[in-house]
Amino acid sequence: MRSHRANSRRLVAFMALWLAFLCGEQGLSGRAFAQEAASVKLTLKNHHFEPAEAHVPANKPFTIEVTNLDGTPAEFESKTLRVEKVVAAESTITLQMRALAPGRYRFFDDYHEDTTEGFLIVQ
Amino acid sequence: MLGALIIVFREVIEAGLIVGIAMAVTRGIVGRGYYIAGGVAAGVFGACVVGMFINTISGAFEGVGQELFNAAILSIAVIMLAWHNIWMARHGREIAAEMRQAGEAVRTGASTLMGLAIVVAVAVLREGSEVALFLYGIFIASAPGSGASLLVGGIMGLVLGACVTALTYGGLVRIPGRYLFGVTSVLIALLAAGLASQAVGFLEQANVVTFLPDQLWDSSNILSDTSILGRVLHTLVGYSDHPSVMEALIYIATLAVIGFLMKIFAHPAPAPSVR
Repeated sequence: MRSHRANSRRLVAFMALWLAFLCGEQGLSGRAFAQEAASVKLTLKNHHFEPAEAHVPANKPFTIEVTNLDGTPAEFESKTLRVEKVVAAESTITLQMRALAPGRYRFFDDYHEDTTEGFLIVQ
Repeated sequence: MLGALIIVFREVIEAGLIVGIAMAVTRGIVGRGYYIAGGVAAGVFGACVVGMFINTISGAFEGVGQELFNAAILSIAVIMLAWHNIWMARHGREIAAEMRQAGEAVRTGASTLMGLAIVVAVAVLREGSEVALFLYGIFIASAPGSGASLLVGGIMGLVLGACVTALTYGGLVRIPGRYLFGVTSVLIALLAAGLASQAVGFLEQANVVTFLPDQLWDSSNILSDTSILGRVLHTLVGYSDHPSVMEALIYIATLAVIGFLMKIFAHPAPAPSVR
């Protein structure tokens, strides 16, 4: 029984370490470049993106701001940008984007994929 | 109506599968019904709270609060699942023995119940908050008439989610007892690995984990992970149609760590005397 308890304790310690590892990566890398980043502002109205096409410089981190003016929630999503985030009715979200290679990235509102579509041109 | 049904169903599949698996692995353990139901209730409550404060959560930490929150609760689920598997590797035999003696009802497993209840709560909370937002949005915003049909669609989506739970459970309990432990161990390890890579995906989205962000493959043409089947595989084995290298690494690492710990803590060869 005692060895079992010791084992459990070792296990808990191991898990704690693993969690610490997962969290530890956070603090250092993410924050540094938040200040000078370019920013893209998108607005959702009547389930359409405005503008439907936005431009950002390549190879630089940037932010995307999505404002949802509709009375229903939306989910801003893009496979190629690798984002998926709910935007509640009449509110704004911010996405911290990593530096991207040049290209044309499609995004949409997952709740209204049939009417909403936009492209981010990275160049 | 169909649109609402599909959106809600897609969101609740993950929780539905997880509840079904949790019920199957705790079968025969005394009081498991309370724990699982408690987990679901806590998850629903949490989902409503998160839905209510979504803007506060979302806006925290320079706009990445939502991602950090998701990553954190997913990590908790991963740890609880790993814990369950390791615990079962050690005590599974005792439970099986007690089951034979006491005819189905067992007490030994009670300590793993809490962990699984937390997993259930987390699963319901995470997907549920989006469902809550979506349904709430319908409720307040739609024109009279159209709102009702959307709401019906949404509720049917929820009911279908409950059917997923029933199917999962029904399928798993059909597995003969001596294989069940092996099957559920593999299932839970894969589930945990998938959730771990999802957690890292959120940290990547928050730009907190920044290394190895390259896309490993794009199979969205073959099987989109937003389709129903894609969604099921997404939960069960962590399928993603566009994983990053980092997500794949975490997936493999989680499997390896769980397998390794299960080996280390596995029950020693059967003792000569019982107690």
